[in-house]
Amino acid sequence: MLTIRNLRSYYGRMQALKGVSLHVEEGEIVALIGANGAGKTTLLNSIVGLVPSLTGQILFLNADITHQSPREIIRMGVSLVPEGRQLFAPLTVMENLTLGAYQRYRRKEKSKIKSDLDTIFERFPVLKERRSQVAGTLSGGEQQMLAIGRALMSGPKFLLLDEPSMGLAPLIAAHIFQIISQLHQQGTTILLVEQNAAAAFKVSNRTYVIETGRVVLQGASEELLHNQEVKRAYLGREYKEIWE
Amino acid sequence: MSREIDLEYLDRENLEKLQLKRLKKVLDRVYHKVPFYREAFDARKVKPDNIKNLKDLERLPFTTREDLRAGYPYGFLTSSLSRLVRLHTSTGTTGKPKAVLFTQKDIDQAARLITRSMSMTGAGPEDVFQNMMSYGLFTGGLIFHYGAERAGLLVIPSGTGNTERQIELMHDFKTTIVHITPSYALYLAEVMERMGMDPRGDFNLRTVYLGAEPYSEATKSKIEEIFSLDAYDSYGLSEMNGPGVAFECKEKCGMHLWEDNFIMEVIDQETLEIRRDSEEGELVLTTLNREAMPILRYRTGDLTHIYPDPCRCGRVHRRISRIKGRVDDMFILRGVNIFPSEVERILMNLPEVGRNYQIVLERHGGLEEMRVILEIKKRFFRGSLKDLKRLQNKIKARLKGELMVTPQVELVEPATLPRTTGKAKRLIDKRKI
Amino acid sequence: MAIWNPHFECMAKDELEQLQLEKLQATLNRVYRSVAFYRKLFDQMGLVPDEINSLDELSRIPFTGKTTLRASYPYGMFAVPLREVVRLQCTSGTTGEPIGVGYTRNDLTHWTEVSARVLCAGGVTKNDVVQICFDYSLFGGGLGFHYGAELVGASVIPGSNLDPARQVVIARDYRTTALIATPGFAIRLAAVVREKGLGPADIHLKRGLFTGEPFSERTRKQIEDELNIKATDNYGLSEIAWPGVAGECEKKKGLHIFEDQFIPEIIDPRTKEVLPLGEEGELVLTTITKEAFPLIRYRTGDITTLDASPCGCGRTLIRMKKVAGRTDEMVTINGVSFFPSQIEHIFSQIWGVEPRSCLEIDRRGNQDIVNILVKVSERIFFDEMKKLQDLKSKVEREIYQDLGISVKVKLVEPDSFARETKGKRVIDKRESS
Repeated sequence: MLTIRNLRSYYGRMQALKGVSLHVEEGEIVALIGANGAGKTTLLNSIVGLVPSLTGQILFLNADITHQSPREIIRMGVSLVPEGRQLFAPLTVMENLTLGAYQRYRRKEKSKIKSDLDTIFERFPVLKERRSQVAGTLSGGEQQMLAIGRALMSGPKFLLLDEPSMGLAPLIAAHIFQIISQLHQQGTTILLVEQNAAAAFKVSNRTYVIETGRVVLQGASEELLHNQEVKRAYLGREYKEIWE
Repeated sequence: MSREIDLEYLDRENLEKLQLKRLKKVLDRVYHKVPFYREAFDARKVKPDNIKNLKDLERLPFTTREDLRAGYPYGFLTSSLSRLVRLHTSTGTTGKPKAVLFTQKDIDQAARLITRSMSMTGAGPEDVFQNMMSYGLFTGGLIFHYGAERAGLLVIPSGTGNTERQIELMHDFKTTIVHITPSYALYLAEVMERMGMDPRGDFNLRTVYLGAEPYSEATKSKIEEIFSLDAYDSYGLSEMNGPGVAFECKEKCGMHLWEDNFIMEVIDQETLEIRRDSEEGELVLTTLNREAMPILRYRTGDLTHIYPDPCRCGRVHRRISRIKGRVDDMFILRGVNIFPSEVERILMNLPEVGRNYQIVLERHGGLEEMRVILEIKKRFFRGSLKDLKRLQNKIKARLKGELMVTPQVELVEPATLPRTTGKAKRLIDKRKI
Repeated sequence: MAIWNPHFECMAKDELEQLQLEKLQATLNRVYRSVAFYRKLFDQMGLVPDEINSLDELSRIPFTGKTTLRASYPYGMFAVPLREVVRLQCTSGTTGEPIGVGYTRNDLTHWTEVSARVLCAGGVTKNDVVQICFDYSLFGGGLGFHYGAELVGASVIPGSNLDPARQVVIARDYRTTALIATPGFAIRLAAVVREKGLGPADIHLKRGLFTGEPFSERTRKQIEDELNIKATDNYGLSEIAWPGVAGECEKKKGLHIFEDQFIPEIIDPRTKEVLPLGEEGELVLTTITKEAFPLIRYRTGDITTLDASPCGCGRTLIRMKKVAGRTDEMVTINGVSFFPSQIEHIFSQIWGVEPRSCLEIDRRGNQDIVNILVKVSERIFFDEMKKLQDLKSKVEREIYQDLGISVKVKLVEPDSFARETKGKRVIDKRESS
């Protein structure tokens, strides 16, 4: 579904990604892990067209979206749940959700949109309860659920999640991962960015480990569980001594 | 892993309950699936149900080496052929070796016992383990390998031979634990010194596991001294999966026999009566945790005694002493089990061989040598040196073909070897181990 | 016939290339960071791993040779700390610096996976009884095949380096169906089977995988006929994976290289230029899944040709031809290039043994003259001169037929042999003239 080759992304003169290649096949859930500043969010933002300065190739469903606009990319079926949720805080849950489907209104999918909304309420009953509540007053976990729900409202083929468990208590985080897993099982293709490596491994098929803008390791998530490279990528340890 | 700890530290009562439970399953299995056992049971008018407690074990038949051999190849198999994943054999003389078959569960269990034994001596993932035992059909290599790998150590599957290369690896990869025979260990030290290296100072060795041949406490101490490390006795036999049957703990005061996997008895080899703890006799083992080839009351031929008192380490699996000797005259040369009676059979089948022979076992440097001194019939003694040489080579080849070790052969004239009254002393073991 | 891992073995070309690109880039990033040798290499070239944007650009990176590996012994090329290494394998060869090849847990998993693929390509299934006649220690390939066979689910008999006679007894009694050995060993086994007069009722072999030596079509046919089995080739090297780099499928049109783990290239060994598909040259391999011991553009020294045409078996993986010889050994006589190993191979086929031999090449006028000096030891010394002459002529004829060169075979006594050849395999006197 998604193929990236030699992606180099820049913020002004700073190069955040230094030749990243990865792919996500339809129906897969792929995790991208790494320390703060490794380039994970930049990668997701690059995919949805939010990074103006980049080189390389990004293919989505065989179409080159490298330099496409975010609107176009979302229209093609990519949806991003951004880091920190970025909800419309003053608006209600319902309003956040319906806004998530803004692209679809033009296509007159009103009834489909309604049924999608119902599905989301089924999945996140607490959102249904609080549908008239202002988003900014929800708890951390509820906000995350809303953010995911909002992204799902665009009817995406491909869901990008940026650190969904950040700032959440362990039990809530576990619940969120459960939901992500369910989404995957129901057929959504997912690229998941996470700092919580253990959770990422558990829920994903494959994982990429990124360190200072480069992929240093990739493979089946099961295997990466055994790999100490992950620790090194996180701690950014300069590995010198063979007798660690 | 915690379940393993539970099994190691079970109290006596629960251990025996477990033994009985497992024994009943084994009896049921072998009675129905192994003709040898069914016949033996029927002959004694015993049924598996009759065994109600561990004492009733006495009523069951023994299994001997000859029984296993007669059952070769699949006579003692209780699982389907398709479930077998491994074959190992005992090293030994002639035609049909003793073969042991394993299912995947058996392999895993054998490995588990090794892991348990190694952890007991303090080995862990930080260690570098060099397995200097023969790899192949011999259980000492592969079974220990799997156990060590399971325990997370760096495993160097170096096998035997290539000693100088092995010493290099031992030095360069900072091996901490070695599994080796005592005679090879002594040889290793000699080669190290020859290479200009100090067995104590130039290496990282902390632990050595000794096994696969008989040796004395003095040899063990010598090895500990030469290398400055801790030596642990390891006991096993291929019929019982190989190594991992009994192992010394840190107290180094006898080897804990893993009674959750084996029921042990010590018997008088003549009367077959069970001896009390601390009385020496022949070790008899019954497997409790084997799928493919469970064996009842196997007469190991090894002489030992059980320590009656509990070990300071707290484990209730009872300890056996170092093996004192054999009930028969079997000896081990370079890792191969050899029976003098077999040697005799081979020799007596040769028309040129006269009445008397001697087998002398020696150690030269690190290598064990077997010298067979034969009296040749007078008429074969005439003739050229070349003819004699040819005869010598023929006998050598014949012995090698059957014994798997190449002996030195010395041909002497009739009436040269000393005659003794009574039982002729045919085997002279000059090795001091 | 079954394919072990269709996901990788039948992957679409573009998917495979994307996978290779990703893994290559990750590997380059890792080795740059973790292996001093590679960091220096890149820095010297003014290259940054980031700059490798496609598989074609791999050729911008310099090669890694055996000398580098030897010089980095013991763990200069290891990309992970030793505590993550759980296995050590060593290149064989008892002289010169060894090469220690480390494996992490994941490396072992990957290695076992490709070994299983090789076995499966050779027709091995979980219903087979596999007898592995390779040395099992860290110097040999036995363990690799063993783990692979276990993954496939077959029963494994670790024959290791037991002599042919005993291997045959075990194969007979345990109904071995799959044989894994060198081609030469297989021929010796076949001879034993013949000598013992064993027939189809005794020997249940159905298939065999042969490696470790040159394996010509003639040898294959000979093995297939004599043992009544299907024989396949496979390729590996202990610096990378042995077995496991490539395996022959039932179509017998080359060995499939497991490109999801190894990227192959062919270079001209003299100019070091990358050659296009279909041209013969030296195989260069880049490992893209190795954690402990990754190698970038490793010169294997093996001569072969790559073929990317579709294979009827369904696998999309590129194929390599059987190894034609070693780069360091190629000899050109009167315009014809060949390898001494090919000569040795012919000897072993016709004489039954591979004698120590030396190619003595000289030039007279404008013709190259080749004498093959053969060391005559007890084993190939016959009293019957005619038999000897016959064999000599046979070899000379065979070499002419096979390789197109005229040679003279000269039998030389051990002392003279040592004096004249000084341990060399090839003495080329043409250089001086």
